[in-house]
Formats: sequence, structure tokens, C-alpha cells
Amino acid sequence: MTLSPEEWTAIVLSLKVAFLATLMCLPIATGLAWVLTHRNFWGKSALNSLIHMPLVLPPVVTGYLLLLAFGKKGIFGAFFEHYFGLVFSFRWTGAALAAAIMALPLTVQAIRVSMGAVDRRLEGAAATLGASPFKVFATITLPLAAPGLLAGTMITYVKALGEFGATITFVASIPGETQTLALSIYGLLQTPDGDAEALRLTFLSMALAFLALLASELLTKRLNRSVLGES
Amino acid sequence: MIEVSLKKKRKNFDLNVEIKLQNGVTALFGSSGSGKSTLLNLVAGLETPDAGRLSIGGIVLYDKDAAIDIPVHRRRIGYVFQDSLLFPHLSVRGNLLYGFRQGAMEFNTVTEFLGVANLLDRRPATLSGGERQRVAIGRALLSAPQLLLMDEPLASLDMDRKREIFPYIEQLQGRFNIPVIYVSHSVEEVSRLATHVVVLSNGHVSNESNRFDRTSVLTGKAFSFDETYGLTTLKHPAGNISLAGHLPISNIPLRIVVRATDVTLALTPPQNISARTMLKGIISKCEVDGSPTAIIHVKLAGGEDLAAALTRKAMDELELKEGKPLWCLLKSVSIDERWIASA
Repeated sequence: MTLSPEEWTAIVLSLKVAFLATLMCLPIATGLAWVLTHRNFWGKSALNSLIHMPLVLPPVVTGYLLLLAFGKKGIFGAFFEHYFGLVFSFRWTGAALAAAIMALPLTVQAIRVSMGAVDRRLEGAAATLGASPFKVFATITLPLAAPGLLAGTMITYVKALGEFGATITFVASIPGETQTLALSIYGLLQTPDGDAEALRLTFLSMALAFLALLASELLTKRLNRSVLGES
Repeated sequence: MIEVSLKKKRKNFDLNVEIKLQNGVTALFGSSGSGKSTLLNLVAGLETPDAGRLSIGGIVLYDKDAAIDIPVHRRRIGYVFQDSLLFPHLSVRGNLLYGFRQGAMEFNTVTEFLGVANLLDRRPATLSGGERQRVAIGRALLSAPQLLLMDEPLASLDMDRKREIFPYIEQLQGRFNIPVIYVSHSVEEVSRLATHVVVLSNGHVSNESNRFDRTSVLTGKAFSFDETYGLTTLKHPAGNISLAGHLPISNIPLRIVVRATDVTLALTPPQNISARTMLKGIISKCEVDGSPTAIIHVKLAGGEDLAAALTRKAMDELELKEGKPLWCLLKSVSIDERWIASA
């Protein structure tokens, strides 16, 4: 099976978008997971609900909200454009942003579960040995939560590969810029005689998702061995 | 000198402790739920007190009124937990070096002392309970603490493992000279290890049980054994100490633990009495509170202290006061091998 240049573009773009989405999502999700597992504060439930919003909102709503906030005239959009020269709307970076936001609840959840399972007393022990809160986080919490981090990374990546609703609303479906695999399939289904091509891409995206999940499974096994000395 | 004056409200009791600790090993003794571990956590900074003050050697670590609360990682207080809490993702070496601070202690000295030098590349999961606890002690020592907290370090170990670890803890004080607070509810551990005993009950320092749990440590060398009666005699500067049982005759000093309630005092060497041990000394302090009992501290010839518990009435009738010379009588049968350790 050979791929047409358009198909290649869509695949490469999908991978690129998913990669950037993961890069954006992971540190934020890690920080949020840490806050949710390690701190008690007023409004924690509200924060938790807010994080989970993209999971329950219709994706089109999330996409529209993104457009309002990160569009050229949105407050964040204007801010990033003015200070960093970064434009999100109708760009592939915007597709990544949409995917990152959509994946955030799942990523936070995955990291949170394994961070919550880290024995807090180990962190206390590290502190008595002179480790600053940051050192404790970097040398105890993070390594012990590594399986969850890896799971979180994979979930973000796979989720971002397939993100559709929020993406098409926020950045539309521009070939070569924002038209990822999922968006291409949708576009083809709207075209007469596009069915066969759509099916090809469907198989392709299944293969991609499957490979990512398989890689995650193998990595998790290796990680458990090396982190916890389990065999 | 460690000054502790801390308050903390808990669900089942209010902790309110005021103690001054000298160097040496202070045993925190008390039943479970008496607040021992809470107190250690407050001292380490792992929990925050509601009020009070804490200072070590004049340096204030916590003072509610002055709004001082030095965070855990800057307190330099080592902590050995009941269940070791070794970092599972690090090797033994990684654990030992985690908090390493350039200090009086050499890495090799500590690992050899604790017999863990051959375990350095192992993972904690592959260690026995005793090995794990030795690594935990080493890890704490190598962080060069100014105070070492030990929370029932032997409680999770079986008898054989306890025997394995005990000598290390016993020698800790002599080798590294760090003040230790040792939490335990084993009378044997407390009496063998501790130079001071603080008894906690319901979150308070309890004088009542303190009096009855008060023990003194005497050091002597076994020099003869009486086959007929099965008695070993120990040489002590204040007089010979007679003990039931056969102890190896050697030059290694032995420590025996004497409960204050097992000591009888006499102003003149008594005749016709069953007690086989008479030690000469001078009263250094009479401790009385409102209760019927008093503790008389006697400085024995040779310099060791012996505490005797008796009624305030007996104290007054014998006119016991500081500086008075007297004899301390011990019943040989009140000291069995549980109370003897090599020094």
C-alpha cells in the first residue's frame, strides 16, 4: 500500500499535532495532578470540575470557547500574538492546543492515580534527609509516579491523534495546516466517491493508534521493572 | 540540649509535651496511641504543632509566637522509621547517599559499621527486614543529623532480626555521639538503650509511670561465678554486684539495668539481710512532688547514678538529703539476663 502525498501530509501533520499537544499537556497535567494529590485548598473541587469540563462538554462547545479565548481577538489569543508572536487560530499549533485541552482530563487522571499511590511518607523521609520540596518532587514523586506519567503521555498522544470536534471548530480543516487524519476522513466522507479513500485512512489511523498503545504497554512493563525492581 | 514544648490537638487526644532532653539516648516510652509518633513527627517538622516552641542547642526550629517554623528539610533531624521507608527506585547506595552531607561521618565508616558495604548495589525490595533497617539507619546517619529520631525501629522485626540490629543501635551513641530520641513500647529496649526515659500517656508526660519505669544503668565486669549457687559476681567501683545466672567471665564491661523500685536504701551497712548487693554512694538529689513516692538519686562510688524509689515518709524518717552517704541494696533476683547487655 503506497500513500499519496496528501495522505502523507495528513499523517505527518497528525503526528506533529499530537506531539506538540502532548508537549503542552504533560507539564500542565503533571502540575495539576500534583496539586490535586498533595494540596488541600479552598476551591479544590471547583478546580477538579473545571479540569474535567472538556470531558463532558460537547467538543464543539470546547472548540468554540477556544475560538473565543484564543482567536485573534480573544484575550489569550491577543496576548500570545502580541508577546510571543504565536497564533493559534486556524494553525496547526491551534489544533495541538485543542487536542491538548481535550486530553487534559484523561492525562490528569492517569497521572493523578499513580501520584496518589506514591507513599507520602517516602516524601516525608526524603525531606528529613534534607531534600527541598522541589528535590522531593523530582527525585521521589516523579520517578515513583513514572508509570502513570507514561500512561498519561500515551493517552494524550493517542487522544490527540484522533481529536476531531474541538479541532474542526477551532482551527477548521485546512489541508497541510490543520487537516489531520481524522479531519481528512471526515472531509472525504463529505465528498462523493470518497468512501474508499476514507476507509484507507481509517485503517491507517487504526494502525497508528494500535502501535502507540502497544508501545505504551511495552514501555510500562520495562518501566515497572526498572523503577520498582519488579520482575 | 533539646527543648521541646509542643501542643497539638488530635482527634483522640491532645498532645501537650514539655521536656528538656540532654545528649544521649532518650527513650520515649508509652503504649500505642499515647502520642509518641506524633511527638516525633512534630519534632521532625512532618506535622505542624498548634502551639509551642522547639529548639536544639539554642537554635529555634519552631516558635509559634515568633512565627518561626523551619521546614523539615532544613532541620537536620534524622528519622528512622518503623518500616524503613527506603526509596524503592534507588539502590542501597542511592538510598545511603540521598541525603549525604559532608560532615563528621565517612561513607565507608558508616557502611562498614552497619555491615551494609556488600549490599550497595542491591535494590531495597531484595533486602531482608534487618538489612533494610540497617540501611535506613545508615541513610539517616549520613545526612549528618544534629538529632536522630527512631520510631520503634525494631518493632516490625522478628526476634532474630532484633538481635541482629540491637548491637548497632546500642553502639550508635558511643560511635557517632548524636543525641537520639528512641520511641518504643518495649521495656527491654528502653532499659538497655536509654540514658533517659520519658513516659508519655494520652499525649502528656506522665510522672506517675515515670517513677515506676525509672531505671538506672550500672556497668561492671563479671569476675567470678559461684557454681554451687549459680551466681555471677560483677565488679563495680561501689561494691560487688551479685547476679542470678551464669555470665561469661571476661574483661568486657556489662551493663545491667536496675529498676528504681528494686533499690533499698540504708544509712549503715545492714546485718542479717537477704540482699546480696550493697553499693556505697552519696545522695545527689531528692526528687519529690506531691505524691507519696520520692526518687532518691545516688551518686555511686565510681561516678554512676542510681535512682531509688521509696515513700516520702521513709525519706523524711531517714532524713535523706543531698550529700548524705548511704548504702544501696539490690536483690540479686530482681536482675535477670533480660536486664543485662554488653556495654
